[in-house]
Amino acid sequence: MNLRSFAAALAVTVALPLGAASAADLEVTHWWTSGGEAAAVAELAKAFDATGNHWVDGAIAGAGSTARPIMVSRITGGDPMAATQFNHGRQAEELVEAGLMRDLTDVATREKWKDIIKPASLLDSCTIDGKIYCAPVNIHSWQWLWLSNAAFKQAGVDVPKNWDEFVAAAPALEKAGIVPLAVGGQAWQAAGAFDVLMVAIAGKDTFQKVFGDKDEEVAAGPEIAKVFKAADDARRMSKGTNVQDWNQATNMVITGKAGGQIMGDWAQGEFQLAGQKAGTDYTCLPGLGVNEVISTGGDAFYFPLLKDEEKSKAQEVLASTLLSPATQVAFNLKKGSLPVRGDVDLAAANDCMKKGLDILAKGNVIQGTDQLLSADSQKQKEDLFSEFFANASMTPEDAQKRFTDIIASAE
Amino acid sequence: MAGHTRGSGRPNQWSRNLNAKFASVPMILTAVVIFLGGTIWTVVYSFTNSKLLPRLSFVGLDQYERLWAAPRWLMSVQNLLIYGFFSLVFSLVIGFVLAALMDQKIRFENTFRTIMLYPFALSFIVTGLVWQWLLNPEFGIQSVVRSLGWTSFAFDPLYNSNIVIYGILIAALWQGTGLVMCLMLAGLRGIDEDIWKATRVDGIPMWKTYLLVIIPMMRGVFITTLVIIASGIVKVYDLVVAQTSGGPGIASEVPAKYVYDYMFQAQNLGQGFAASTMMLVTVAIIIVPWAYLEFGGGRKRA
Repeated sequence: MNLRSFAAALAVTVALPLGAASAADLEVTHWWTSGGEAAAVAELAKAFDATGNHWVDGAIAGAGSTARPIMVSRITGGDPMAATQFNHGRQAEELVEAGLMRDLTDVATREKWKDIIKPASLLDSCTIDGKIYCAPVNIHSWQWLWLSNAAFKQAGVDVPKNWDEFVAAAPALEKAGIVPLAVGGQAWQAAGAFDVLMVAIAGKDTFQKVFGDKDEEVAAGPEIAKVFKAADDARRMSKGTNVQDWNQATNMVITGKAGGQIMGDWAQGEFQLAGQKAGTDYTCLPGLGVNEVISTGGDAFYFPLLKDEEKSKAQEVLASTLLSPATQVAFNLKKGSLPVRGDVDLAAANDCMKKGLDILAKGNVIQGTDQLLSADSQKQKEDLFSEFFANASMTPEDAQKRFTDIIASAE
Repeated sequence: MAGHTRGSGRPNQWSRNLNAKFASVPMILTAVVIFLGGTIWTVVYSFTNSKLLPRLSFVGLDQYERLWAAPRWLMSVQNLLIYGFFSLVFSLVIGFVLAALMDQKIRFENTFRTIMLYPFALSFIVTGLVWQWLLNPEFGIQSVVRSLGWTSFAFDPLYNSNIVIYGILIAALWQGTGLVMCLMLAGLRGIDEDIWKATRVDGIPMWKTYLLVIIPMMRGVFITTLVIIASGIVKVYDLVVAQTSGGPGIASEVPAKYVYDYMFQAQNLGQGFAASTMMLVTVAIIIVPWAYLEFGGGRKRA
């Protein structure tokens, strides 16, 4: 343990008696309900309960798209929880602007978040007008292709090393009665898969130009046309998936019913829970094996402004608990995500997480689409791609035209 | 409402029953402030660019232009038209036929009536889930028929973009026809026995009696039923969410779901309000002329 994490650990112990003196029940809402996620959130609860307070679990089933409206309406409706998960970025922007969220700058400066949180863009996403409003807990990257080794063995082909090989192996998989690419029916999965294809095929700069600068000329250009071509391949390969939830789609890969899935690193928790080993049972390809870049979106906890003083104090304890080195390690190992601190020791990390940490250390990172686009543009994108993936008669050219319109109207 | 207009038209109407009128003030206030006020508020804010929180910065018709250019909205409207038309026709026809059959003084009528009405006791969410399983090719009807030996049998409406809305229609009819039947049966029971005797004396065949005598006499029941079915059509939401959540792709989207998704998931209140205003306008276009005929011009008839 190096000096800095020791100091942070010390800070937690200093906060400990403070928390014990004002023990409070804090309701924390989140949408971590799949097996791997629930195991991870239990780690957070354990760490917080150890401070003498009590974590009241407010899990809301059914992915973020179901949970966020409930959270937002509770906060705007005057019945705020003590803390809530959001993907950091623009989802809670207006709640902060309306003064409904608590300013965490005090805690952040006391515990030197600016120094310990890596990459710095994570904390920037929490910062509005120079004040810090959220505590990032993990880094999630979307850019992973998960492959079932068993499925490829059954089909008699080698496990692909990149996207092109995967596309080439698809007919063999189909012949063996295996769906090459599992894409669940929920709209965000199709939209997310497209974003991954974009960064893998068109590269980091194009990605930034389209989603960061909202450059419609690039969006209409030949680079993105190539991405749509790949999305067309993906659409063909995903035929016959017939499941809704992402973890059901992941389960198809785990059981060898599907060859692979484009999904964020949260899928890793499911593999782990099923007792599978990276490298032998499944293979992970960051950036689809083409362009090893990962996005640094993720989850963060926001703390609504509360009147109850005891609870407000406990909120501070919770914020520092979330970022303590011990919690970071325990939580992220279960969750399959990367810690937000660069200074913790992840010796227990598996192959895939190590690949992720490597890329992170090299600085091959981009901002997530949640950080770059508003919820409104994201939703339009979801509508477009869920239609595109379900409707084989929609041409890539038409889809690109509509995509360009969305980028043009994005703010 | 029908009861209220009946027997009206006399003078000094307003001074009668003052106590009753006083007692209805809270109800009137609720109606005006909450229903009318809420409606006006929604319409006003549909002209703004409100995002997560409502704010009054007007953008004219932008939200409506975007709405009518959105493929998903157009698909929703088309689905609602198909669903609405068939659900109206089929639930009236099936409901009436069932009621007429039930009215033949059959044995165990109570039992049958209960069985038919049972689905109505289930919420749309439960109905949707049940039919999602029944229509699932791997567990439902298709797999049962295939296991009986007809291995090429295919019935998976929920996974076929072209017919998915009919898969939803099946569930809606299963759930709703029982109620229509009960309403119709009540109407049939309200018909005087003497009418039947008279038509029998005149030697009119039964189908003709139903069509030309009984149905016109059941006008009130039909209108009530129509309003109940129609309001159910416009607000259909939970059934779709439970069965397909709008999929495959956007093939089974409906307007109410567009409103919800854009208000809360996309955090774009303005767009959601514009869509809900369009729903209100649709309802108004249907209801207003009908209400005028029924309660305005219809007074003389009563």
